[in-house]
Amino acid sequence: MSIKTITEEDIKTLETLAAKYPVRRSALLPMLHYVQSIQGMVSPAGIQVCARVLDLTPAEVAAVATFYTMFKRFPMGKHHIGVCTNTLCALLGGDELWKQLTDILGIGHDETTADGLFTLERIECQAACTVAPVVTVNWEFMDSMNPKAVRELIEKLKMGAPVQSTRGVQITSIAESGKVLAGINDGKYAESPLADDSMLAGLRVAKERKMSAPTGKGAK
Amino acid sequence: MTLTSDNKQTNTENSITATIDGIQVQVPKGTLIIRAAERMGTFVPRFCDHPALAPVAACRMCLVEIEGMPKPQPSCAIALTEGMNVKTQMTSTVAQEAQAGVMEFLLINHPLDCPVCDKGGECPLQNQAMTAGRAESRFDIEKRTFPKPIELSTEILLDRERCVECARCTRFSEEIAGDPFIELLERGAKQQVGIATDEPFNSYFSGNTVQICPVGALTSSSYRFRARPFDLVSVPTTCEHCAAGCSLRTDYRRETVMRRLAWEDPAVNEDWNCDKGRFAFAYLKENRLTQPKVRTKNGNQVDALWPDAIDFAAKGILQAKGKVGVLLGGRLTMEDAYAYSKFARLALATNDIDFRNRVNSEEEQDFLGSVVAGSGGSVTYADLEKAQNVVLVNFEPEEESPIIFLRLRKAAQKGNLKVTAIAPYLTRSLEKINAEVVATKPGDEAKVLRGLKIAQESIILVGERAAATPGTLSAVIEIAEKTNSKLSWIPRRAGERGAVEIGALPNLLPGGRPVTEVSARNDVAAIWGVNGSDIPNKPGRNHSEIIQAALSGEIKALVIAGLDVMDAPDPQALGQAINAVDFVITLGIQENSLTRYANVSLPVAPVTEKSGTFINWEGRPRPFGRAITSTNALTDARVLAMMAESLGLDFGLQTIEELRQELSSFGSWNGKKLDKPSVASIGAANVSVGSAILSTWNLLLDDGALQKGEEHLAGTQRPVVAHLSAKTAAENNLESGDKVTISNSRGSIIIKLEIIEMVNDVVWIPSNNHDSKVKSKLGAKEGDVVTIQKGSF
Amino acid sequence: MALTPVLTAHWDDPNSFEITSYKKHGGYVALKNSLKMTPDEVIGIVKDSGLRGRGGAGFPTGMKWSFVPQNDGKAHYLVVNADESEPGACKDIPLMLANPHSLVEGIAIGSYAIRANHAFIYIRGEVPHAIRRVMNAVEQAYADGFLGKNIQGSGFNLDVVVHAGAGAYICGEETALLDSLEGRRGQPRLKPPFPAVAGLYASPTVVNNAETLASVPSIILNGADWFKSMGTEKSPGFKLFAVSGHVKRPGIYEAALGTPMSELLDYAGGMRKGSKLKFWIPGGSSVPMLTPDHIDIPMSYEDLSAAGTMLGTGTPMMFDHTTSVVKAVTRWLEFYKHESCGKCTPCREGTYWITGVLEKFEHGKGKEEELEVINDVCGQIAGRSFCALGDAAATPFPGAMKYFAEEFRQATKTSADASFPPSATTIFEKASV
Repeated sequence: MSIKTITEEDIKTLETLAAKYPVRRSALLPMLHYVQSIQGMVSPAGIQVCARVLDLTPAEVAAVATFYTMFKRFPMGKHHIGVCTNTLCALLGGDELWKQLTDILGIGHDETTADGLFTLERIECQAACTVAPVVTVNWEFMDSMNPKAVRELIEKLKMGAPVQSTRGVQITSIAESGKVLAGINDGKYAESPLADDSMLAGLRVAKERKMSAPTGKGAK
Repeated sequence: MTLTSDNKQTNTENSITATIDGIQVQVPKGTLIIRAAERMGTFVPRFCDHPALAPVAACRMCLVEIEGMPKPQPSCAIALTEGMNVKTQMTSTVAQEAQAGVMEFLLINHPLDCPVCDKGGECPLQNQAMTAGRAESRFDIEKRTFPKPIELSTEILLDRERCVECARCTRFSEEIAGDPFIELLERGAKQQVGIATDEPFNSYFSGNTVQICPVGALTSSSYRFRARPFDLVSVPTTCEHCAAGCSLRTDYRRETVMRRLAWEDPAVNEDWNCDKGRFAFAYLKENRLTQPKVRTKNGNQVDALWPDAIDFAAKGILQAKGKVGVLLGGRLTMEDAYAYSKFARLALATNDIDFRNRVNSEEEQDFLGSVVAGSGGSVTYADLEKAQNVVLVNFEPEEESPIIFLRLRKAAQKGNLKVTAIAPYLTRSLEKINAEVVATKPGDEAKVLRGLKIAQESIILVGERAAATPGTLSAVIEIAEKTNSKLSWIPRRAGERGAVEIGALPNLLPGGRPVTEVSARNDVAAIWGVNGSDIPNKPGRNHSEIIQAALSGEIKALVIAGLDVMDAPDPQALGQAINAVDFVITLGIQENSLTRYANVSLPVAPVTEKSGTFINWEGRPRPFGRAITSTNALTDARVLAMMAESLGLDFGLQTIEELRQELSSFGSWNGKKLDKPSVASIGAANVSVGSAILSTWNLLLDDGALQKGEEHLAGTQRPVVAHLSAKTAAENNLESGDKVTISNSRGSIIIKLEIIEMVNDVVWIPSNNHDSKVKSKLGAKEGDVVTIQKGSF
Repeated sequence: MALTPVLTAHWDDPNSFEITSYKKHGGYVALKNSLKMTPDEVIGIVKDSGLRGRGGAGFPTGMKWSFVPQNDGKAHYLVVNADESEPGACKDIPLMLANPHSLVEGIAIGSYAIRANHAFIYIRGEVPHAIRRVMNAVEQAYADGFLGKNIQGSGFNLDVVVHAGAGAYICGEETALLDSLEGRRGQPRLKPPFPAVAGLYASPTVVNNAETLASVPSIILNGADWFKSMGTEKSPGFKLFAVSGHVKRPGIYEAALGTPMSELLDYAGGMRKGSKLKFWIPGGSSVPMLTPDHIDIPMSYEDLSAAGTMLGTGTPMMFDHTTSVVKAVTRWLEFYKHESCGKCTPCREGTYWITGVLEKFEHGKGKEEELEVINDVCGQIAGRSFCALGDAAATPFPGAMKYFAEEFRQATKTSADASFPPSATTIFEKASV
């Protein structure tokens, strides 16, 4: 897989990211997200570029890039598949989904399929325990997964069929979410349904049982 | 700190009283617990703590119990406060257990390879494991392993398995050196020190990280696996490279120097030294001369016995009597330089002596005689640290005096110091001391200085390159007086200030005494046991004039010592002069083109094999003792004494004690000093397209003679590039990355161009790196006009 | 006790994340009211309400705000900790998805109170969907004049930047978060100085959890007394309880603090069919576990503390009888090992060690004497590490040993999977396998 070069246009974008902060260095994480979205990884060249824009040494940037799990030092596939195998997800089915995915894709943790389509990662708790077990595609959530749904998911992604994340956007590629993480709004905030059953569970019970917070003076 | 005793019970405004291990202590406010404990004799174990670095409390080894706090606390990060009751491991089981726990953690993943580790025997981890560690490990799973070692640079190697992640090295590089080329990479148990791909740890101060590493993780290529600490003999020495005057520790084994370390000296180099001082000592073994040699009638050089060689030399001098010049380098100890000064006046009856084997001028010798000689410590390192305004003229601190750079950086980091540099561009080094550059063409220094708003009571530091442009030193004096500023001259070589002080100049006698002053000559004559009239009363020839005189036949013989042809302002002219004279005596430690040409080549002792004194740029004497005694190498002074004896003179100076005794009898000179120079500046040359004004200086690490034989160090030299401004480059149709040819009638240099923000019409190249050999290839100096054009190999 | 939907009250509105929906339900009125008060009055109300930090530590919010030096001529910053990464915690992300404007309004009020003109929302990087919603909410708030220059004609200016993390649990620690926000490795800072004095860019800074700030508008709107009418004396107000695990209806239950777990479990439909509660953790893996015996303990800071655990993030994980405690604890330690920042020795080396030994137990290969070793190692981390991550890592094992020592001894012979077949623990419907 060839890695895209970072263009002058990209460097301009990096400059705008840096300009968002009172101290430019604050933009380093967003900038690394951005170069990763271009190159599918944080490459030595990406590190050099960020260092140049922020007037840091490449070592200072590498120190940051290697600290955070989301920055990859190897080229990712088109889709990044994450399986939460932290305790709760693992027990509720994440371990089995992990095993299933390694079997289907024939790769392990932080590895990429030969066709460059998938990179697989064991991920930590995603703050979605009420919809465990969780699988992510390009960090978009696939909630309450099961083996059947995983099989279908991979099939669809292989075919290029549309896949809708349960909480996020329609799946495109890992590059897409990287730009959002860099702070560039893609306007797709309403692409997914508002809230799932787990988010509404309490409100529904409250309504059923006619429970509410005390009425305050601010209520009109 | 004072331990409280009955008569010292009262707290001053700035001190507090607290208790450590049941003992009341009175310490200045802000004193860290670990420091206070240390000064009362209790060593709290530690790894990440280093007194010169900001506390991080990361290793957790120094945990102590503080009354009223539920958890043990890091003593390296907490200042004692009034009434605080601290219990260290000496009196607290909480502290003891906490420390033992941390020690156990540090050892679980440690390879325990002490028997093959360079640090074994002087390792804080090893030592503290003996006091706080368990006899047997409870760790029964697989250790974390890394392939070993990795090269952080050609000089510094890292064994990650041994690292305890204390971050002393990375903190040093960022906080002290300003070179964050090494960093902590990765996270958690995988955390490790490392460099970025393609950018090695090429810091001029990298060796300090090896010294402060509390384990054997960082080692130097040159010392790795070469010795065990307990087989080494350590002696305090003074660095012979630059004029900083660093205290060093020289470690040798079986009469061979194995390594050198920075020796803590708060007044001078604090805890640090530069990599040249630390690693550049292989020259001590390179091409050493051990035997006097004389040239026979058939033209061959043959080994000679000392008495024969001395007699031969004396005869040569007698034949050329009155027509002998003395050319010295800037690397002599003060004592040896003094011997030459005396020898020239008494044995050779001449003032034709000059130590300035580099760019020099008459203006400069007047400057040295009037402002520098006998001025004592007009500016000190401490002054720099306290200064609010420092002006740099023709002086690039990190390259030309790295310990000054560290002190300026320390002050700049504190935020009180403003540095203004009169220089062609803002170097990365100047950036690291937050300097503001007044972009100046070589030659325009005087004009720029006079036009600059310089704060009253600034400090002006002027480098040796100022001698290259007429009028600069005169202007520096004028401005210093006008602004009540202190002025200090920063030579590049260790021996230069001492050589000024003892009169190894055509116009000066020891102690700043002008040769033209009768009372000065009488002073000196009294000490030398001769008549005042025995000392020549006219200023002699300087370096360039001696060479001219040799070429014209006015000088028939040369005594040359401690000098490398390649350092000469014009190596070609020096070579011709040597050819022209009838007789050449060289004194040196290494065989080189000069000694091979000499009629008499006399081997002398390098710094490790003699005692001596360097006077650093501050004017501070830095005496050192003899480290290696078995070689019986003679000092220059001793050889000169032998020669003088052979000439029938009562010269004295047989021993270092005698020498120092004699030196101390000079006292200070209260008579008339030399007049300060007042030379008009001619300004920068005018150039048109196709030519540029040359700017050049020596990088700290270059191809200098004393750096020979140390390839690992040479590997950390800065990249060799030429610099032009964008405008000048465009005018000459040049782009970054192009090869540019810099030439004059003498020759040419072809190197890669890097366009930077700098003054127009100036081309900068390093003086002595790889292909960029300004003196030997161009015979040019700062301010000369050279042609520039797109070049090719 | 009862459910008290405040933050969640309108999540069933299909556009609850839009400013139109938020304003329809009284949104941004609290901000307007606040801007008519002095900043100190706003701090006063929040102080009076007794609102405590919802991120885990429970520090009184009003007090935190009042620590910021006033009129010191320095820039002040408000930083939102939305780095929700604690295993079991899943309440800030849903909040930001469904009701991001409550957070934005809370930020505006909080910034006004602490005299900050710049706020940052630090959201963990793995949740682009939540980041989109918050970015959109911020843009909408700018457009409606609730952020930006001269907010609602008050003369108060506020810029808000949405900032994504990049995968590091430690950045939930407030000083590590600040370093991360400054573009550095997210390693915790030495304290003092505390953020209130020298935080972001060495300036006075308040770091508040997202839920904490989102709770502020309702307090301003309805008053401190209204807030205190819910909850207990020491734990006033409402809280998002995210109940997960082997329960029938995992989800967000917003109730008064002090509501007993048994009641929350009832709302969640009880344990799944045919299952029995084995152990539960009230607020993330960093707090000690409890057993069915503790099910009636009120979910308040003080009551849980008295029971030897903590409210933490208030996101109970419920595990049934099919669960291997050994496996659960091992996984948590693997997490702490993975997330240890590496700065301090006890956490970096200790998590490596414990995890290695626990993995042997998970596979039925532990040695009984090693239980003592792990216990010691936990003791060598707890209270000696640089930050609370080490303490958290030293929590699960001793907590589990308190109730399930026998299961660990069993694990010297039998693997976790043999003792507790994973197929029984998973929640897959038959048809979905």
